[in-house]
Amino acid sequence: MKALSQKRRHPLAAIALLLMGLLLTGGLYAVATTVNEAKASTAEFTATDTQEGEKLFEANCATCHGMGASGTQDGPSLVGVGAAAVDFQVGTGRMPMQMNGPQAYKKPAQFNDTQTHQLAAYVASLGPGPAIPAEELLDEKGNAAEGGELFRVNCAMCHNAAAAGGALTRGKFAPALADVSGKHIYEAMVTGPQNMPVFNDSNISPEGKRDIITFLKQIEANGSPGGADLGALGPVSEGLFVWIAGLGVIIAFTIWLTSRTS
Amino acid sequence: MGNHSDGSPNHSGTVATAGQHEVEKFQDPGLPPHRLRLADTDPKAAKRAERQVAALFATSVVGTVIFLVAYFAIDLGDDSSIATIRLQNALLGIGTAFAMLGIGTGIVHWAKALMPDHEVSEERHAIRTEDDRQAAVRIVDDIVEETGIKRRPLIRNTLLGAVALAPLPALAVFGDLGPRPDDKLAHTMWAPTDGKLKRLTRDPDGTPIKASDVTIGSAFHVIPEGLNELHEGKLNEKAKAVVLLMRLDPASLNPSAGRETWGYNGIVAYSKICTHVGCPVALYEQQTHHLLCPCHQSTFDLTQECKVIFGPASRPLPQLPIAVDDEGYLVATSDFKEPVGPSYWERDEHERSINS
Amino acid sequence: MSAASTAEAPAYVANTKVGRFTDFVDERVGGSGILREFGRKVFPDHWSFMFGEVALYSFVILLMSGTFLTFFFDPSMAETHYAGSYTPLKNVEMSVAYSSSLDISFDVRGGLFMRQVHHWAALLFVASVAVHMLRVFFTGAFRKPREMNWVVGGVLLILAMAAGFTGYSLPDDLLSGNGLRIIDGVIKSIPVIGTYISFFLFGGEFPGTVIISRLYTLHILLVPALILLMIVVHLFMVVVHKHTQYPGPGRNDRNVVGYPLGPVYAAKAGGFFFIVFGVIALMAGFFTINPIWNYGPYDPSPVSAGTQPDWYIGWVDGALRLMPGVISGFHFEYIIFGHVLTLNVLLPALVPAGLVFTVLFTYPWIERWITKDNREHHVLDRPRNAPTRTAIGMAGFTFYCVMWAAASSDLIATHFHVALNDVTYWLRALFFIGPVIAFVVTKRVALALQRKDREIALHGRETGRIVRLPHGEFIEVHAPLDEYKRYKLVGFESLAPLPAQPNEHGVVTRKENRRAKLSRWFFEDRVAPATPAELEAGHGHHEAVEAGEGQKTLSH
Repeated sequence: MKALSQKRRHPLAAIALLLMGLLLTGGLYAVATTVNEAKASTAEFTATDTQEGEKLFEANCATCHGMGASGTQDGPSLVGVGAAAVDFQVGTGRMPMQMNGPQAYKKPAQFNDTQTHQLAAYVASLGPGPAIPAEELLDEKGNAAEGGELFRVNCAMCHNAAAAGGALTRGKFAPALADVSGKHIYEAMVTGPQNMPVFNDSNISPEGKRDIITFLKQIEANGSPGGADLGALGPVSEGLFVWIAGLGVIIAFTIWLTSRTS
Repeated sequence: MGNHSDGSPNHSGTVATAGQHEVEKFQDPGLPPHRLRLADTDPKAAKRAERQVAALFATSVVGTVIFLVAYFAIDLGDDSSIATIRLQNALLGIGTAFAMLGIGTGIVHWAKALMPDHEVSEERHAIRTEDDRQAAVRIVDDIVEETGIKRRPLIRNTLLGAVALAPLPALAVFGDLGPRPDDKLAHTMWAPTDGKLKRLTRDPDGTPIKASDVTIGSAFHVIPEGLNELHEGKLNEKAKAVVLLMRLDPASLNPSAGRETWGYNGIVAYSKICTHVGCPVALYEQQTHHLLCPCHQSTFDLTQECKVIFGPASRPLPQLPIAVDDEGYLVATSDFKEPVGPSYWERDEHERSINS
Repeated sequence: MSAASTAEAPAYVANTKVGRFTDFVDERVGGSGILREFGRKVFPDHWSFMFGEVALYSFVILLMSGTFLTFFFDPSMAETHYAGSYTPLKNVEMSVAYSSSLDISFDVRGGLFMRQVHHWAALLFVASVAVHMLRVFFTGAFRKPREMNWVVGGVLLILAMAAGFTGYSLPDDLLSGNGLRIIDGVIKSIPVIGTYISFFLFGGEFPGTVIISRLYTLHILLVPALILLMIVVHLFMVVVHKHTQYPGPGRNDRNVVGYPLGPVYAAKAGGFFFIVFGVIALMAGFFTINPIWNYGPYDPSPVSAGTQPDWYIGWVDGALRLMPGVISGFHFEYIIFGHVLTLNVLLPALVPAGLVFTVLFTYPWIERWITKDNREHHVLDRPRNAPTRTAIGMAGFTFYCVMWAAASSDLIATHFHVALNDVTYWLRALFFIGPVIAFVVTKRVALALQRKDREIALHGRETGRIVRLPHGEFIEVHAPLDEYKRYKLVGFESLAPLPAQPNEHGVVTRKENRRAKLSRWFFEDRVAPATPAELEAGHGHHEAVEAGEGQKTLSH
């Protein structure tokens, strides 16, 4: 009896942890919605990917996120966050986190594409969650104008109308979106990394997200028609510029103008 | 604090108007001797300066040509790219800058290098002389006397009355600049029309939202059903009715008495218009459950019914009571229970009448 | 004075065509008299005197570029769908005002350039007015007889801000629309009449359909007309007073030293217009300003991070940000007799601006009362020679700058990686202690500079040449100043406190006592200019200490 229960404790405990994780974070997610189901994701991942991913996870992530990604005090459970969350967090270098702080910074990725893929496979295997977006959603051939409207309503208040980023409370911030790949923008929308809200497919449809990415990539490629954009930060950088550069040059001229010629 | 005159013999300090006696001051040595410039003595230098001035004027001509070429050669057709516009803008800028700076620096260089640079001294004159003052007083006295205004108070008083009242029509004609406020600020589009509850719809496309669409952590920007179909006053209605819809773990919401039914399974809707001066409070932090206004940084805590926890706002964001209809769509069960947006003088009165 | 006498005078006939034309005009307008009066008028020359001209020239450039813009701009708030060439906004619903602003930017040749010239010139206009006023304040140029012209300048500053703000709102983009919404919120906080003013301004509820065209009328007609009027008054008084001059040899309150208007000064001032235009053109050609295409059309639902006004309104916006709405449970919005008093908006919107402008407008009279000085001043004070005034100015400037910085608290947070909340807490503290620190530091620096001046006037400049004296001592050789340079350092008036004086009844009034206290506060810390006696004594001092043998080396 005792031996039997000891044998069985291990898998049962894992299941119990899994269920708890589901309840804690992904529970309502999975119950209340039919959106964001992992459509093609599982097909992309092989069993090897998952196994390799588990090894990588245990070596690099389990300290904070716990064995079986069930979460600890230092890191949330990753059950049900989906492959998209892993691809975003690891792909942009935010995870593994360098140190605890108000928020994880973007930095050079620590894992290569294969490793990221394997990690994503492992986390996706733990519970259904948003998948890595399909290529056709990232082709940047949507409707930029409609994307712009969606961007202004849903994103501009944090990320700035020109996607130059902005401040949040207590040291957190919404990053600038230039140089962020369409895939990562898409994944951020569906997973809501850190304090960013989730924009699931029933809030902004996949086509809408494609439009937003199209808009962002188009304004990035266009650049500013009026010349240097001064950080696209609006009146503050313009004011600073006129005081320092504008008045500076004018003062230089006035000094020349009123000086005596030798 | 003491006198910092470093042993100056004069520290009586009784007269503010003149610190020192004349004898103790350095005498004004007068204008320094005039120093000649290179161009004054060396004809070669003068000739060089002359050529420099001419060259600067010539640069201006080049600038004008650049401007004209950039203006006419680059055509902003229908398919002009941003790069073309940027190029043209830069060329117009550089053309104008050369044209203007060429003339400007040329003239100044001319003045500095070649025109006489002797400083001259000119006497100042009294702004008003006593003589003038007396003459003016006499004239005014004569004028007043000739009008007889002092002797004829009836004329004076009626004129004053007439002049005082005459601007009134000018004020009156501005009376129709806008309608009276009445209680327009107290109501929004969310009030049910003919008993039909308004659905919550997505901003900007106006499609209704199912409760099951709103997953935990998500934020929906919401406008009332029918807003996009309005022909008049659409922005006015939108300015009051915009709402942010979020879903939290129901356990983290702490509804006060009477507000328990205003949400649905952790889904809550709050006015997006800041109670400070009216910016859209749309920055939702899904982990901390804080709402931040990007204009003046007022921060509202969603778990405390949007109480102000930081910044200049003083009043919580108004909550919109919501429920789910037969088809599973979110609806507003009534209008806001208080006026939305920034405070105004009559606001409290309006709030009381809404809740009575 | 009669026809007879004119007829008797030999008629002047010009030789050339131009001469005859000029004569024709001159006989009818009296140009010769004007030229005789002003043609050789003397203007002092100093780089810091040019800011007023920068402001004037920016204004002229604003009128020219603005006129161009009016030909294409349509201030209507009617709805339309964008059909211009900027694809990220194609077919987006917007107002005609915004659509026509986009057309100016993308479909009118040179339109974008003109828009950028106009906006850069506007920022430069207000900035140069501000710097000009700082120069006037710190050099004491507001003293008699120029007090009224200082007030006219203050009015011009307010009008410049009004012109800027009304123009900022015209494109009806998201940024300016949210700016208007903030203005609406501030107006609504005004007790009793606020709601009515809001409805009257917007022609009903915010945003309505008339505000852009109303602001347009103010922006292109009323405000520029008032500015023009004030400029005329301002320049008229400049002509009456003649320009001030910095202290120096040969300059005093009874003369004006400089270059004659014709040709040197006119050439420099005229050439400077083209220089200012050129600098603005460079900025407009290479640096984007107000990229309205980024912001999108105004819609009450969205907002962009980093929503700020143009720099000159920033300090008021900053004050709004700094004010806490609730302090330990006390809500600044409270209900009084059933009405709402929105102090968390009213106080920051009115008090700091009210304070700054009240002090600004009344300062000449405050100083005049304290010093009882009724003389005309045409020679300026070097800022260090009026330490208390300079310190007051710096305190006020710091007060302004703290609020100004607060308007960009979010950008300070993101760019220096600090918490937004901490930035606000720090600036709240600086709002109160910043001016005090600035006052104390500035006053000490000014006094130190005065001591340095004394030192130089008495002992000459440090040459950096170290000489070893025969007995082994090392000294640095000081080069004595010539009398012109020395006069620059010593030729100022050092005011001392003026004690309370009894009035004609022999009574020292309370007010007089207060004045005396202020006078002491103003002038008790002072460094008197060096005197000839001290210079003499100083030489003796040298000789005494350095002894005979070093004397020769020392005197050079």
